[in-house]
Amino acid sequence: MRSPCAGREFNYRPVQGNTVMAAHANTPSAAITRPAFVRCQRGGKITAAQKEAFMKEKLAQLKERALSQITASEGLDKLNDIRVAFLGKKGELTDMLKSLKDVAPQERPAVGQMVNEARAAIEAKLEERKQAFEKKLREEKMAAETIDVTLPAKKPMLGHRHPNTIALEEVERIFVGMGYEVVEGPEVEYDYYNFEALNIPKNHPARDEQDTFYVTDNIVLRTQTSSVQAHVMEQGKLPIRIIAPGRVFRSDEVDATHSPSFHQIEGLVIDKHITFADLKGTLAEFAKELFGADTKVKFRPHHFPFTEPSAEVDVSCFKCGGSGCRFCKGSGWIEILGCGMVHPNVLKMSGIDPEEYTGFAFGVGLERIALLKYEIDDMRLLYENDVRFLKQF
Amino acid sequence: MNTPLSWIKAYVPGLDCTAQEYTDAMTLSGTKVEGYECFDADLEKIVVGRVNKVLRHPDADKLVICQVQVSEEGDTVQIVTGAPNVFEGAVVPVVLDGGRVAGGHNGEKTPGGIRIKKGKLRGVESFGMMCSIEELGSSREMYPDAPEEGLYIFNNNPAYADLKIGSDAVEALGLHDVNFEYEVTSNRVDCFGVLGIAREAAATFGKEFVPPVVKKTGNNEKASDYVSVEIEDTTLCRRYVGRVVKNIKIAPSPMWMQRRLAANGIRPINNIVDITNYVMEEYAQPMHAYDLDRLAGKKIIVRRAKDGEEFVTLDGQVRQVDSSMLMICDGEKAVGIAGIMGGENSKITDDVKTMLFEAACFDGTNIRLSGKKLGLRTDAAAKFEKGLDPNNAMAAMDRACQLIEELGAGEVVGGAVDVYPEPWQEKRVKFDYERTNAVLGTKLDKQTMLSYFRKIDLAYDEATGEVIVPTWRQDVNSQCDLDEEVARFYGYDNIPATLPSGEATTGKLSFKLRIEAMARQMAEQFGFFESQNYSFESPKVFDKLLIPQGDAARNTVVISNPLGEDYSVMRTLPLNGLLSSLATNYNRRNKNVRLYELANVYLPKSLPLAELPDERMQFVLGFYGEGDFFDLKGVVEEFLEKVGLKDILTYDPQAGKTYLHPGRQANICYQGGVIGYLGEIHPEVAERYGIGEKVYAAVLDMPQIVEKADFDTKYVGVAKFPPVTRDISMVMKKEILAGQVEEIIRKNGGKYLEHYELFDIYEGAQIAEGYKSIAYSISFRANDKTLEDSEVNAAMEKILKGVRTLGIELRS
Repeated sequence: MRSPCAGREFNYRPVQGNTVMAAHANTPSAAITRPAFVRCQRGGKITAAQKEAFMKEKLAQLKERALSQITASEGLDKLNDIRVAFLGKKGELTDMLKSLKDVAPQERPAVGQMVNEARAAIEAKLEERKQAFEKKLREEKMAAETIDVTLPAKKPMLGHRHPNTIALEEVERIFVGMGYEVVEGPEVEYDYYNFEALNIPKNHPARDEQDTFYVTDNIVLRTQTSSVQAHVMEQGKLPIRIIAPGRVFRSDEVDATHSPSFHQIEGLVIDKHITFADLKGTLAEFAKELFGADTKVKFRPHHFPFTEPSAEVDVSCFKCGGSGCRFCKGSGWIEILGCGMVHPNVLKMSGIDPEEYTGFAFGVGLERIALLKYEIDDMRLLYENDVRFLKQF
Repeated sequence: MNTPLSWIKAYVPGLDCTAQEYTDAMTLSGTKVEGYECFDADLEKIVVGRVNKVLRHPDADKLVICQVQVSEEGDTVQIVTGAPNVFEGAVVPVVLDGGRVAGGHNGEKTPGGIRIKKGKLRGVESFGMMCSIEELGSSREMYPDAPEEGLYIFNNNPAYADLKIGSDAVEALGLHDVNFEYEVTSNRVDCFGVLGIAREAAATFGKEFVPPVVKKTGNNEKASDYVSVEIEDTTLCRRYVGRVVKNIKIAPSPMWMQRRLAANGIRPINNIVDITNYVMEEYAQPMHAYDLDRLAGKKIIVRRAKDGEEFVTLDGQVRQVDSSMLMICDGEKAVGIAGIMGGENSKITDDVKTMLFEAACFDGTNIRLSGKKLGLRTDAAAKFEKGLDPNNAMAAMDRACQLIEELGAGEVVGGAVDVYPEPWQEKRVKFDYERTNAVLGTKLDKQTMLSYFRKIDLAYDEATGEVIVPTWRQDVNSQCDLDEEVARFYGYDNIPATLPSGEATTGKLSFKLRIEAMARQMAEQFGFFESQNYSFESPKVFDKLLIPQGDAARNTVVISNPLGEDYSVMRTLPLNGLLSSLATNYNRRNKNVRLYELANVYLPKSLPLAELPDERMQFVLGFYGEGDFFDLKGVVEEFLEKVGLKDILTYDPQAGKTYLHPGRQANICYQGGVIGYLGEIHPEVAERYGIGEKVYAAVLDMPQIVEKADFDTKYVGVAKFPPVTRDISMVMKKEILAGQVEEIIRKNGGKYLEHYELFDIYEGAQIAEGYKSIAYSISFRANDKTLEDSEVNAAMEKILKGVRTLGIELRS
């Protein structure tokens, strides 16, 4: 029998031809199973039918042999050798195809089809085995690659946002979603905008309550973001729906609950037919978004010179849900903001007709929200900027 | 303001509710209750007992064994006590076995009280405890008749003469009461008095308000025969009411008055002082008493002080007064600072015979400013500051005189001296109930609204459609004030909750805020933590940053009334806060700390400040630990590119920043302008801040960046043709900057120049001293063809020609 030169054939991997030859030669079935009548053909007259039967027989044996060798093979290299031995340029099956020329022309298609069927069967089996071997190899490789997933993470060095900013962005998100524009105003401000335009004339007692830092008689560090109200109204664009976050200043000594510099967020809505009910609905939505869907709000009458009626707003304690705890000092409620209907004097001073337009305003302490939300017990931590603190947000 | 419920109930007899119900209802109708204290919260099984027998304890020197009668029928219990003032016949409060007291006799209260059980003291059985006033949770402030140490002894006070043994001692002491603390808003002047709160309570609970009935007082004499009053400045003193009391008998005031005053936080002194304070608390009208015999000329003149005048107030302090302040004077001299404090020279003493009672109405603003100037804020001034109702002065005066008579404190002289040039009238406010509904979002009918008004003594004139507002409600001036009255008595809770209707608006952040958000995001991506520092700082910061005298940075917005020098000027540079925060972290041993801040600086346009300063947002980044100048430069460039500053950035080492390392600083230049700077913090500055490592910082001027920023990106086709890359290696003087070479590459590289990149920089062997080698990889590419060698060669020639002008040679 011919020895296939596997080395030159196309390859799954580099192949050692000798090994293949040896393996082939040593296969006892190759000799033993050769049918007896093969030898007969030299003697008697062979009919076309006999020839075809003979080819069939030979093909069946060849296929059988190839399949059993494939099944018995033990690796990708071996598999390639088998492919070369049977399907290679000088492989057995190829040889058989060549011998088709001995077959009568009218029978060639039938025999050719038989050869192709045998080839397809062998190829399918080869592929099946190949995939099985590859799977096994991959599994072995992966088994060797197992890692200890509990080893520490490698974290990229990421910075963190200040809790005040996080709280502010939360508030902004809520109001932007409700159609509010976020605007700003000056921190060093004219007395007019901080007080007079807000219905707090010179020498009004409310000025004392707000311990103002003065720069000159006419210029102050704003004590409230309400100072932005008149700036916005003076622009004359209606309706108005804004929030104005920013720094404000009051001469409070620094302690756990006070800071001479802190942040507020002012809200202002002016349009035709704005009602106190709208104010209630808006702030109830806000509180639910910020503190959770179960949050209840309570409006208590209060007094601010620039709103009338005015209210302070409590939310049900998000720690205990309203039953009373240390966090809410047992009351079940936490005060979060002041608000009211814009005082007609304020509208008038900024050139808006209070007969035609009404509006509401509210002011939220940003630090208060941050302290509450994150349960920070000392306001000073917010201005120390210790990264061990900042990292927690 | 603090007031016990019993005092409110005196004027709202129908009031019947728990302390919590009262708190909630009053708060929701606008009189905010901050908190309350039930005096009897921890008092249980406490009766009036009489000590019938006192025997020495066999085994303890300081203890005695008492037989104490605790019922009228004569039931007696044995109680062992260490009280020093116990005696046979003493009538005392006794807590029985199983009862509770509020605290120890040192005055400290125990939360939940202390349960008293029978037990043995040094082997002798004891069935209860006799109590001191402190153990009952009270104090000698409220019970001045209590001894400094030991049991409260009922026998000491004739008021208890009829006390029954075995009766409720807590009741006898008036401790079944609740003290409420109110937060009264500055507009509700009337509610700074008990009557005002009582009127609100009556309205809130729908009960009748029964103010004290003040009867005509006084003998047949005329006050005007005793004293005359003249007001020189009627703008600062709207009204002055004076009455005279003679034959004064100074004595303690009755228990009920003392207790009410004490509960309100006022120390009882004697009947005359207590009456003035009592009326002040009740009517919110401060009063003053002068010793009439010490008033020269028996006259009162209300006038402004003279500049430079000195005055001794009744607390013995010498006060500097000036012509802005109003004084009460007699015929010769000042006898009081109007509305703030009386004088040493006219104060009543224990041997006063005749006195002048004053109830006046001074201008609130003036009192407030005077008090500020003097640094003196008395209870009286705090009330006057709010601006009082002058019509209240006479009512308060008559009430005081009535109390004088009732308490037998003196003989009231008939009539009053009343100077009241322009009496206040009731206000009339136009009322439109539909407008109220439109503002509140309610659908109330008119009658309902009017019924709320009646509750608080606001009448309605049907003919004119006006609400008639009494003078004590100075806060009600217009329709919107009436809206509030309706809202609070209808109940804020009952107003519906809706969302604004009308024209839709777009929710958005300003462009500036969007750029700032991007700055945050980028900084955090590169490991920087956001910090927030105060806007004001010390002027010494400039020395710390080595900023020379006369530098523009030293022109600051100065706060005229700062909390202290450390918070006195508005920052003109954002670095101090950042460096201080880095130093805090460094001190606390935090490693590799990166911080940033979006910090406004405040640059005055002129000094002294005539207009608002330029507030410029600065994006400042700083760090110590891992990283160097070029890491920071990379962060800056990534940020700028992200917000659309995609033109060439150049760096000018001549930044001239005194607080940065002279060899490691640069201005960041973009389109011909300086948009920021970066560098290593000057080692001396770092040392002054106490940071023992290299510190790097960058400052970006956000207004310029916002102006140039642009999120609008247009797609450019991905190149189809291959680039041609050439490497050149150059030797040049060390002083020549890479930036200079790059500028030439850009200028001379021609239209196909695509990219250049420095890939090697070398000094040392093979390179002459004072020289360095720099190598660039330069790539060219055309969009429409593969470049010919000749085209690239031509461009390279131009580049080489250019660098030679800087004296740069190609390295062979």
